Order: sequence, then C-alpha cells, then structure tokens
Amino acid sequence: MSPRWTGERTGRTPAIRLRGLTKTFGSVNAVDNLDLDIAEGEFFSMLGPSGSGKTTVLRVIAGFEQPTAGTVVLRGQDVTAKAPFDRDVNTVFQDYALFPHMSVIENIAYGLRVRGVAKAERLARAQEALEVVQLRGFAQRKPSELSGGQRQRVALARATVVRPKVLLLDEPLGALDLKLREQMQVELKELQRSLGITFIFVTHDQEEALTLSDRIAVFNAGKVVQLGTPTEIYERPSSPFVAAFVGTSNIFEDALARAVLGRGGTNSVRPERISLHSAPTGESTISAAGTIAEVIYIGTATRIIVDLDVGKRITVLEHNATASVESRASVSDRRGERVHAEWPPEAIVALDSDSAATLGDAAPAPQGPVGHGASIAPATASKIP
Amino acid sequence: MTSETSARTHPASAFLHRHVRVRLGLLLSAPLLWLGLVYIAALAALLITAFWTVDTFTGQVRIEWTLDNIVTVISGSLYQAVTLRTVGVAVVVTLIDIAVALPIAFFMAKVASKRWQRILVIAVLMPLWASYLVKAYAWRSVLSQDGIFAWLVEPFGGSTPGYGLHAAVITLAYLWLPYVILPIYAGLERVPDSLLEASGDLGANSWRTFRSVVLPLLWPAILAGSIFSFSLTLGDYITVNIVGGTSQLLGNLVYTNVGAANNLPLASAISLVPIAIIFVYLAAVRRTGALSNL
Ligand SMILES: Nc1ncnc2c1ncn2[C@@H]1O[C@H](COP(=O)(O)OP(=O)(O)OP(=O)(O)O)[C@@H](O)[C@H]1O
Ligand SMILES: [Mg+2]
Repeated sequence: MSPRWTGERTGRTPAIRLRGLTKTFGSVNAVDNLDLDIAEGEFFSMLGPSGSGKTTVLRVIAGFEQPTAGTVVLRGQDVTAKAPFDRDVNTVFQDYALFPHMSVIENIAYGLRVRGVAKAERLARAQEALEVVQLRGFAQRKPSELSGGQRQRVALARATVVRPKVLLLDEPLGALDLKLREQMQVELKELQRSLGITFIFVTHDQEEALTLSDRIAVFNAGKVVQLGTPTEIYERPSSPFVAAFVGTSNIFEDALARAVLGRGGTNSVRPERISLHSAPTGESTISAAGTIAEVIYIGTATRIIVDLDVGKRITVLEHNATASVESRASVSDRRGERVHAEWPPEAIVALDSDSAATLGDAAPAPQGPVGHGASIAPATASKIP
Repeated sequence: MTSETSARTHPASAFLHRHVRVRLGLLLSAPLLWLGLVYIAALAALLITAFWTVDTFTGQVRIEWTLDNIVTVISGSLYQAVTLRTVGVAVVVTLIDIAVALPIAFFMAKVASKRWQRILVIAVLMPLWASYLVKAYAWRSVLSQDGIFAWLVEPFGGSTPGYGLHAAVITLAYLWLPYVILPIYAGLERVPDSLLEASGDLGANSWRTFRSVVLPLLWPAILAGSIFSFSLTLGDYITVNIVGGTSQLLGNLVYTNVGAANNLPLASAISLVPIAIIFVYLAAVRRTGALSNL
C-alpha cells in the first residue's frame, strides 16, 4: 500500500470511507463487510470479474441503494441515510443515461439548472464543459444524434460541470471500440488531473485499471481480495486469484514449486519474466528443461507454451523487439524444440493460497508493507517505488 | 437480391419480396375491406343522414337535402349549452383520470416489485371484464342517499353529491381510468430507471425529477390515455342516464332523437358534434408531436 494514498498516514480525511459495508440481495452477498478508504484526488479503480459487487458498491456510495449494514462517510460526513441528491458525488452511468428529450447543452446544464444557477451562467459553464470534452459545435444535438464516444463525453461533462468532490464511473468505456477506448482513457486521466476530482472507476478490464489508477482494489465475490498500486497488484499479487485475474501467471503449487523453484507453498511467475535458451546459461539459479508445445504470434510479442519435463505447462512471453527476426520468421518450426526456461529468483512471487481476504481491509492501524510476498522474496520489495 | 436466388423462386413471390408495399397491401386488403365497409360506410351513412329530413306526418326519413339539422344544432341554445357541458365534463373527467393514473402508474412501473407489478396490472384490468352497466349501477348505489359514500362521509359532515353532473363525472372517471392508467404505465416502463437516478444524482429531488424528466418523456403516453377518456366521455349516454339525474350530455340528445323523438337526421347532426370535437382534439394533440412518438 503506497503511503501516498493512505489517509491514516497523512492524517487527511479521506474523500470516501466505507466501514463494514454489506449489501445482500435475497441470499446473495453482493458486498460483504467491506472497509475501504479512498483519498482525496485519487484515481481509484475497482477491478473484478462479473458479479463481484463493483457496481453495487458504486450504487451504495451514490445513494441509489441502501446498504444492508455499514456506513458511507463522505469527507468526514456520514451520508448513509441521505438521498442521492444530498450527496456531493456524481455518477457517469454505464449506459450514459442522457436525457433523450434534452439537447446536449441542456443535458450538461441540467445539474446547474436544478441548483438554481441563472440561465446565462449555466449555459456559459455548460459550454465550457463541452469544450473540455472537445464537443464544441454539438451543443444543439440530441443524444440520439451522437456516437457512443460522444455520448460518453457528454455524460462526463454533465457529471463534472457541477464540480463534484467525487466522480463515480461505472465501466464508462465499456461500450467503445478499442481505439476510441484508448483515446478516452488518456482523456479521462487528463481530465481527472486537471479537475483534481477523486475518481472511482469500475472496470473489468485489467489493462485499463493498470494504466489509469493510482490504486486498485481487486474484487471477488463481494470482497476486496487485494488493494494496492498497479505495480503492487501486478508484481506482487497476493493470491492465486489476483495472479490469474490480473494478467497471466504461471502458478506453481507445493510439490511442483519444491521441484522447480526449490521452495514450498503456492508461487507465481509472470510469463514475461521467463526467458528460453537452448542450453542452461548458468546465469540464473532456476532453470527447467521442457519442450515447446505451441507458439502464438500476437504482434508486439510471441506467446510460447512450454511443457516442462516435471509435468507443468507454462506460458512464456517473448517480446518481439528483443527476439531475433529469424526466430520470428519461423515460429511454427519451433514447435517440439527442446528449451531451458530460466528466470531470476526475484521473479517468483509467493501467493497466499487462502484467498487473502483480509488483505483488502484498509485497517486503520498503522502497518508495514502489506505484500505477503515481501517476507519471502525480499528482492521484489525493492522494485516498488 | 442475387440473380441465382430469384431464378429459383417463383417470379410472383420474388416480385412480392422486392416490393414490400405491395406485399403489405395484399396482406392488409381483407381487414381493410372489412373496416372500409363496416366502419367507414356506417360513418358515411351517418354523415349523409344528417343532411336529410323527416316527414312530420309519417315519421319516415325523407331523402331531401337540407342544412336545417346542422343549423339547428349549431345555433340552438339547447345544443350549444349541452355541447359546452359535454366538453366540460370530458375535460374534467380526463384531468381527474390523469391525476389519479399518474401516481398509480408510477407506483406500478417504478416502485412495486415484479410480483406486485403483475398483481396490479391484473387489478387495473379486472374492472374491464365486468359489464359496463353493472359498474354504472354500482356507482348509482354507492352514491345513493343511504349508500356507502354517504355512510363514509357523513361522520365528517359531508354528504353524497346525489345524482347529477358530479355523480356522472365521478362514475365516468372511474369507468375510463384503466384506459388512462395502461398507456401511462406502458410509457413509464419505457423510461429507464437510470434516467431517474441520473436526475437525482445531479441534485434534483423527486418532484423536480418528475417535472423535468418523467413528465416530458411521458407526454405522448398521457395524451394517448387522454384521447380514450376524452372521446369515450363525449360519446357516453348510459352513465349519465343512470347517475346523472336530469342533466343531459350530447349522447342523451342523440338517444332521445333516435328513440322518443324519432328524428334520425337530427340525431345524426348532433352526433357530428362530438366527432368534430374529437377531430379538433386529435389535431391539437398531433401538433404537439405526441402521436409520432407513440
Ligand atoms: N437489484 C438486484 N437484485 C438482486 N441481485 C442483484 C441486484 N443487483 C446486483 N445483484 C447481484 O449482486 C451481485 C453483484 O452484482 P454487481 O452488479 O455489483 O456486480 P459487478 O461486479 O458490477 O458485475 P459486472 O462486472 O458484471 O457489472 C451479483 O451476484 C448480482 O447478481
Ligand atoms: Mg457492474
């Protein structure tokens, strides 16, 4: 956990503090006893598989849903019982929820109109917001006359024009194609920086979460299974679930770990940390012989599946910038080739196999580095800024 | 359409496939013919009869073209008064129905659980399965001097309105309520919940959300419902007969002229009045653009 973002350390009141938050639908525990502090100005992402409770947390923060138990505190003020219009948070909805009977400019000015801002001023401010999202000239269009990306930007302008302290975004880029998505990611990040608003961003796209966030909470079954910076989440996943969900991991369990890595427990190695050689180089202490089973060319890199002799199939990612052109030219020829997979000891991350449920709780008590891997593989700790 | 597929199919069916309008025309021709004969022809007959006259001795309709009936209806003070009263009753009934239907429909569409939603839809439809006459007579009994209404309000110093225009308005509003609730309910179902949430999220309280988001989106549905209650009231005569006391609406004038007075041409002329009013109403509704959104 980066000291930058822990309210306890800086002594600042967090933008949002959730305590014991629980929401049940019938027999489903959508959110299960969640404790979370989100700092002022933070770009905070909630990442998790479908149905893990991300949207529910967002809806409880916004006030659309009453929690079964627990409290929502906004900047030191308990708002659990307050209606959405009494909360200083705004939402960018997954389906944008633009008012179809209003023009773009009316949509954006709506929040100001409701607050009784005079017409001239609210139109000026709406126009300004429209320019921030680069939609000048679209003011008089109806939402139905806009493309998906344009609608998304209108929704963003509508939610930010009222200057909320916290902006909740529920998979706002979900409906966009890859190119537009990447462009909007950059724009979102810039907008967040220039406005200085706390962003709580829900996504199930791990790459998006890694690129955009200051911190990420990985959700599973209504609980936060790991909380940390993108580097921490990626480099030091705390459980097999996180290791597998965020990026690809080669997971070695007890017996296999002892055989290959020379240590027990559940361990993970990222595919890009593994290199393949025709003979042991002697540079690394860890070397395992195997046979190439499959070679998959994916543009920037090549994914190579290797069957280790110890009976484990691993994935290796070879960047095409570093690999020789000859080896790329004849990818299929490499199938069946004998290789030695090697990786440095610091690439091994010990995983807490019992799901690390307690990790997610941002316990108020001061604590040292949270990563469970740190005590076993000290080399990785130094890599975290 | 490629040449291979059309070559293998029958030329006629290929032609129909390409000419959607012709296909549609053929499909609809039978029901349209029926509608044309029964509905349009009957209406035309009515229109024409209004320009005929009645033999005062024999009481037979004589085909003798005249504008007398129309002039009588337009200039006669009785007809003017009854027309105004009828339109007034129709407007009041429509307003009452909209005012009552909005919260009920809102509850059904946005508040009630799925289970309750189904139960409520059935509850709203149920009165439509009972005979119109039964319902009108039920209200006659409810509103009588020793009826339930009197029994309910008398402890608070109220009294039953008795039989008259008020009773007619109440009964008509009750009778047409389902026809107003259902389109509004359907319209509300089409308004996504996220729009209401977005409005609240941006700082609007419930009333504001209703005024600025729900109502504008619901206009077409409300107008559709109002067409039902308005036009059904304009044409009604039975309810007024049963609970209306001595007051008369246009429907009653038509009824007496067809029956007791045996003056079919005049009855036709009177019945043209509500038709004309409905056309004006529809034109007004059309101007708001609501019909194109239905
Ligand atoms: N209104 C509701 N009624 C009943 N169950 C619900 C309701 N809303 C959510 N749930 C359940 O709560 C759990 C969490 O749902 P939620 O929408 O928060 O997931 P999510 O993490 O946002 O998933 P996704 O990535 O698919 O959007 C799911 O099991 C879902 O079925
Ligand atoms: Mg969701």
